[in-house]
Amino acid sequence: MSLFAASAPAAPFPVLTALVLVPLIGAVLTALGSRHRPEITKLVALVSSVATAGMSLWLLAEFDSHEGGFQLVSRHSWIDSWGIGWHLGVDGISLFLVVLTGVLFPLVIVGCDPHHDEKPYLAWLLLLEAGVMGSFLSLDLVLFFLFFEIVLVPMYFLIGGWGYDQRVYAATKFFLYTMVGSALMLVGIVTTALLARDDLGRLTFDLVEIAEGSNFAASTGRWLFFAFAIAFAVKVPLFPLHTWLPDAHTQAPTAGSVILAGVLLKLGTYGLLRFGVYLFPEAAVWSREVFLTLAVIGIIWGAVAATMQSDLKRLVAYSSVAHLGFIVLGTFAFTSEAISGGVMQMVNHGVSTGALFLLVGMIYERRHTRQIAELKGLQKVAPIFAAAFMVVMLSSIGVPGLNGFVGEFLVLIGSFSTARWWVVIGATGVILAALYLLWAYQRVFHGEPDEANSSFRELRLREGAVLFPFIALIVFCGVYPKPMLDRIEPSVKALLERVEEKTDFVVPVSDHTGHGEGGEG
Amino acid sequence: MVQYPSIDWLAIAPLIVLLGGTLLVLVTGSLTKVWPRGLYAVSTAVLSAAALVVEMVLWNRVGHEGPVSIINDALAIDRFTLFVWIGVTIATGLVSLSTSEYLRREQLEGPETYTMYVCAAIGAMIMAASNDMVVLFLGLETLSIALYVLAASHRRRVDSQESGLKYFVLGGFASAFFLYGIALVYGAVGTTNIARSGQLLSQQVFVKGDDALLLAGVALLMVGLAFKVAAVPFHFWTPDVYQGAPTPSTSFMASVGKFAAFAAMLRVLTTALGPRADDWRPVVWVLAIASVVVGSILAIVQSDVKRMLAYSSIGHAGFILIGVEAAGHAGDQDGIPSSLLYLLLYSVLVIGTFTVVSLVTRSGDRASDIGSFRGLGKERPLLALAMTVFLLAQAGMPVTSGFIAKFSVIKAAADNESYAVAIVAMVASVVSAFLYLRIMISMWMSDAESGDEAREKVTVPWTAGVVVLASVVFTLVAGVFPGWLIDATRDALVVVR
Repeated sequence: MSLFAASAPAAPFPVLTALVLVPLIGAVLTALGSRHRPEITKLVALVSSVATAGMSLWLLAEFDSHEGGFQLVSRHSWIDSWGIGWHLGVDGISLFLVVLTGVLFPLVIVGCDPHHDEKPYLAWLLLLEAGVMGSFLSLDLVLFFLFFEIVLVPMYFLIGGWGYDQRVYAATKFFLYTMVGSALMLVGIVTTALLARDDLGRLTFDLVEIAEGSNFAASTGRWLFFAFAIAFAVKVPLFPLHTWLPDAHTQAPTAGSVILAGVLLKLGTYGLLRFGVYLFPEAAVWSREVFLTLAVIGIIWGAVAATMQSDLKRLVAYSSVAHLGFIVLGTFAFTSEAISGGVMQMVNHGVSTGALFLLVGMIYERRHTRQIAELKGLQKVAPIFAAAFMVVMLSSIGVPGLNGFVGEFLVLIGSFSTARWWVVIGATGVILAALYLLWAYQRVFHGEPDEANSSFRELRLREGAVLFPFIALIVFCGVYPKPMLDRIEPSVKALLERVEEKTDFVVPVSDHTGHGEGGEG
Repeated sequence: MVQYPSIDWLAIAPLIVLLGGTLLVLVTGSLTKVWPRGLYAVSTAVLSAAALVVEMVLWNRVGHEGPVSIINDALAIDRFTLFVWIGVTIATGLVSLSTSEYLRREQLEGPETYTMYVCAAIGAMIMAASNDMVVLFLGLETLSIALYVLAASHRRRVDSQESGLKYFVLGGFASAFFLYGIALVYGAVGTTNIARSGQLLSQQVFVKGDDALLLAGVALLMVGLAFKVAAVPFHFWTPDVYQGAPTPSTSFMASVGKFAAFAAMLRVLTTALGPRADDWRPVVWVLAIASVVVGSILAIVQSDVKRMLAYSSIGHAGFILIGVEAAGHAGDQDGIPSSLLYLLLYSVLVIGTFTVVSLVTRSGDRASDIGSFRGLGKERPLLALAMTVFLLAQAGMPVTSGFIAKFSVIKAAADNESYAVAIVAMVASVVSAFLYLRIMISMWMSDAESGDEAREKVTVPWTAGVVVLASVVFTLVAGVFPGWLIDATRDALVVVR
């Protein structure tokens, strides 16, 4: 009867465990490498991240698209005395986030230059990758917390060690903000397991067991949901807990910004789905209006703030606040299209904003400024660079035919039936996105280049090679999102069935989407 | 004719080994010329190792034969006692090793410091094992007097003298409070034996208002114990003493001193006063909250690393008090194990941390300002990395022992529905994370300032290196595979009653 029980037999090769351990081992090897042979260190880092990427793609191929439950589950006992286990699994919600993580890291390692102390930089990056992978794959509350929290450390050192002028301030702010959320979540996790013990008969932190076996009273569930949601709301970040984000993004080195925007923020939205909605459906439905409102405020606030930035990187950072608002909007609309769109948007935002940060990083490398006012007419001197920027920017705006459109459109159309007025206001965010991004593009790339900008270097081959996968994904997911949606939908449907079963919320049945439904069509 | 009690020699063998061994070192040491480099420390470490072996044997024996009360019920040999003994012995060995080159650098070499360590350790072990309040007091005084001497043992530093004197005066008061408390509780219960007090109190029904003597006694005992564990508001001595004392002595106080004081507190509160838990639990609750909050907030405004760590140790004491509070709930199975686990993990952490600090404070043991950590990441990357591990562990980051410690305490609190204290403690731990970040920033991210070049280079002698390495390995191993430790602390629940 269980919706989320693992039905696929355990894979002969524990690919999920390997996805966590390979970058971890890579990090250790990189850290141990000789300072005098940087090329070997770099090679080790590259090999382990490429191997991880390869495994994540293999995972994509192995994944059974008709199955809504957790697949390729890997389960071992760990701290038996406390009922904590090594329990990893992947479903449609986490699949593409795992693949995105796998693909993003090697690109970042190739595409970004730390300028100094490459060895620790690479080691931190790989440790970060292991942490992010673990967070997306964990099906044990404590294991998840462990990865979720450990991610802070490498990110802290990456921002603090390789960032720009205000890096120490930004890194500290990032660390402490996120830790406040985690502190409450830890109490929430412990309490959840202890209360579930009464229903289950034994202490366990296993997500699936707790979700299926426990029955929290409504008020209890709401407190626990709150404890989890705060942590994720900081991570997303949801208005008004977003103030760490512009600082962290702007001060981080390019690689840090790309990873931060690409996958780290998704830990928040993913966590809301996986641990918030799945574990406490009643509380999630009960508090949906609060989240919808905060999401819409985030969309508008982020967009307005982005419009007013004079720093290109900060502009992109604020646009993240707006885009993540759409994901939260979709999550708490509780329709199949909206949540699927939200999951897609997580990946799309990772691709397009990641690419935007890469491009802004390249501009900084060339001009040593990110001030929009100091850039002018780059299109004239670097047309290919401008074209690449244009495609990525259009994807971020959500122009039809590119990936950004699919996710945002699904969120808006899916939310319309259950969260109409929020959508009406939130949809203006799409227009505002066009406003701030096009305006920025116009100021930076159009016109006649002045003296400082006339020597702006054209896109190099290596840079192009790094950008190519991003642009390919942007176009592919925009034109043909069906394979992705096919894999996301079953898990989202299973989640919604659970919401319907546990609450009196009625998920509207819709037939106006032309996408997906692969299993039924 | 006087009837002498029969003595279970094996059960007190660890004490005898330590005492005999250290007297041997002291006597031969004072009759011979200065020993070769590091030999005092190594011989003390070997002594600790020998005691550790006996303790392991005893651990096994208690497992088979159950806990026993020996020497006319003066000492309780149960796994609770042995867990503390093992912890104290390991800590003594580690601190001795880390002291070796420090004394050489400060030109204080000689066997006395090590003898003081071992004497203090013996006092600590008697405190943990005592099944009688008077014996407990003997242990407390043995420990305290040795600690006063250790605090003042840097003969050429006024700060050290001052810290020893402060500790002595205030500690003397605290001991007096404690002794008065024993007297009052004896007046109310009629015995000083800890296990028997518990039995009597569980049978005795006081007429309303008739237990004033007992409650006053409990209050005085709490003052004495709270002073020793450095809980707010009895913490005022801690920053001054920690800062002024020679750094290895500070590390000894923070590890062995805390271990013993908490062991005594747990024994007195849960065994002797267990039936009156409803009376002392709220007090511990207040002490715990006050300690985590005040400890972490005052820690972040310090600029001296030793003072910072002193305040952070107050915060950690607050965390352990949460475990003690949990132990006061009826039928609780988590309070005592979580406190013991926290104590053991924290002791190793704090020894590692202070060992690094003692290296960084350089000759004269004066440069404990946070600025002296500046550039350590460049100069000594491995040492800085080890310090980072210790600091992250103290902040409670997963994969380190610090997380396991915090987790166990929070779990114990949540299991007794003390959610408020759990939440306050976790939020306070975020505040104190800022302090650990400040040290890390100084090590890794601060730019060099003029004059840095002229500073003495930080050297890492092998003895201190061994201590740091062992602490790092333990911190990480206990963070990833804590199962065996958790099980050991659970065994410590069966005590002499």
